[in-house]
Amino acid sequence: MMRRITPLLWLLFSAGGTVAALLFPVHLFLTGLAFPLGWLDAPSYESLHRLLAHPVIRLYLFVLISLPLFHWAHRFRYTLYDGLQLKHLTELIAVLCYGAALLGTAMTAYLLWTIP
Amino acid sequence: MSTEPHYTLYHPRWYRRRVSVWWWLQNRSYTAFVLRELTSVFVAFFAVVYLWQLRALAQGPEAYAQFLARLKTPRLLALDTVAFLFVLFHAITWFNLTPKAMVVRLRGKRVPDWAIVGLNYAAWFVLSWVVAFILLRGG
Repeated sequence: MMRRITPLLWLLFSAGGTVAALLFPVHLFLTGLAFPLGWLDAPSYESLHRLLAHPVIRLYLFVLISLPLFHWAHRFRYTLYDGLQLKHLTELIAVLCYGAALLGTAMTAYLLWTIP
Repeated sequence: MSTEPHYTLYHPRWYRRRVSVWWWLQNRSYTAFVLRELTSVFVAFFAVVYLWQLRALAQGPEAYAQFLARLKTPRLLALDTVAFLFVLFHAITWFNLTPKAMVVRLRGKRVPDWAIVGLNYAAWFVLSWVVAFILLRGG
């Protein structure tokens, strides 16, 4: 089964890498640094809910969170193999990495689906 | 004295030199490679931060205020600074590698590497401004 879905995993890896490269720097800069340090005003609760009212924004957030998680799962898996020489734990590592990405994706989908 | 011949099973073993776990510190390009691979950890970290924000937004105004307050703690600020640098490193290495991973041909001619890389940076610039504009204007 692993062999059959490898192309899909590669696709998710590269799509997630592209999403993270294009969009994470600006989001991280704003949410992680500019807002907490007071350089810029953080958007209010109401304004973010106004944004979430658009289905396009919900879809965007789903892609923004889910694909980079799969990017991480794929890349981190090989980092563990090569970096820490854990080749004998191949299957366990794969299950944990992709499982975590799937869990994050499910949580994102659930939240986006249920937020009023 | 036994007459039985004593056989040992023949186990061929590949010759593998033991490599230290720190092999990647011996050479600058190895170090850059491992740091690039490690960017994925910070990518996942930020995805989780955004998921956490989404949960706060689902729970109500108090939870969102608490989320914003938590981001101001020194520990998270330090973590976000490091994560930002790693995510930048990911973006730059990713854009610069694109022409190596993807060969684009236009009217039978290969599109030069600098054009693909340039297009990536242009898209990055435009998208960053669009995201900042939408988030700051607040819907």
